[in-house]
Amino acid sequence: MKLDTDGPATPPRRNGELAFDAPWQARVFGLAAAVVEVCFNGDREQFRRRLITAIAAQPDRPYWDSWTAALEDLVVESGLVSANCLNERAAE
Amino acid sequence: MSDDHHQPHSPSPVERRAAALEELLTERGLVPEGFIEEVNRAYEKDIGPMNGAKVVARAWVDAKYKMRLLADGTTAIAELGLGGAQGEHMVVVENTPEVHNVVVCTLCSCYPWPVLGLPPAWYKDPPYRARMVREPRVLLAEMGCEIDESVAVRVWDSSAEIRYLVLPGRPAGTEDVPEDELARLVTRDSMIGVARL
Repeated sequence: MKLDTDGPATPPRRNGELAFDAPWQARVFGLAAAVVEVCFNGDREQFRRRLITAIAAQPDRPYWDSWTAALEDLVVESGLVSANCLNERAAE
Repeated sequence: MSDDHHQPHSPSPVERRAAALEELLTERGLVPEGFIEEVNRAYEKDIGPMNGAKVVARAWVDAKYKMRLLADGTTAIAELGLGGAQGEHMVVVENTPEVHNVVVCTLCSCYPWPVLGLPPAWYKDPPYRARMVREPRVLLAEMGCEIDESVAVRVWDSSAEIRYLVLPGRPAGTEDVPEDELARLVTRDSMIGVARL
């Protein structure tokens, strides 16, 4: 999946490389790539728009937290997973 | 060694939500098998280790940097703008004609994320973790890295507190190669110590 190289949705980089601080961040990165590929035919615009919104809503939140929130919004709004279902599973 | 040494934290709320998303989407057949691993593999092999490779290349061309790196890995790595969570206590061990270093995490998979990216699958495998301590020369040879009997093998056990990075020997005949090209010669496996360059 292509990533923004400038603008508000740019992922954190160190010396130009994509920066993950923990394994879950890499997994949710790959998960978003899968959703974009499988459910949106590789068109990342819908995800990207939500990512920009998520970052703008809480500018101080860590990048991959916003990424996760954007992916949540995308899958709930497009009816892939219900919000209740997600809340229940996350609480287990 | 106590268990908590390798389990520094329980999942945060965002980690739990990310895991719940992954489970639910996978159950609905929306995540092709192995897809996330495949995306991650690209980062593990190519993109992640480039940070460590830059550290190694700098040490090869700058003797003073190398001294600082071996004396205090964390600070010298931070000089290049690298480091951060899980790379905070970095110890760099140098391969020499007399010593070959290799890194393992005997209890789980502690790994210097910020400099090496994602750990390879075999790094987490119990046989690698057990055998690298018990019979490092045999395992290294099986992985295609034969170490001469005259060279001592040192095995370093990573933990939540200390992460090791191997500084591989500079390949012969690269005296005139510029730093950025040298960095491209450095492989992830050479920085774990399961390969030589």
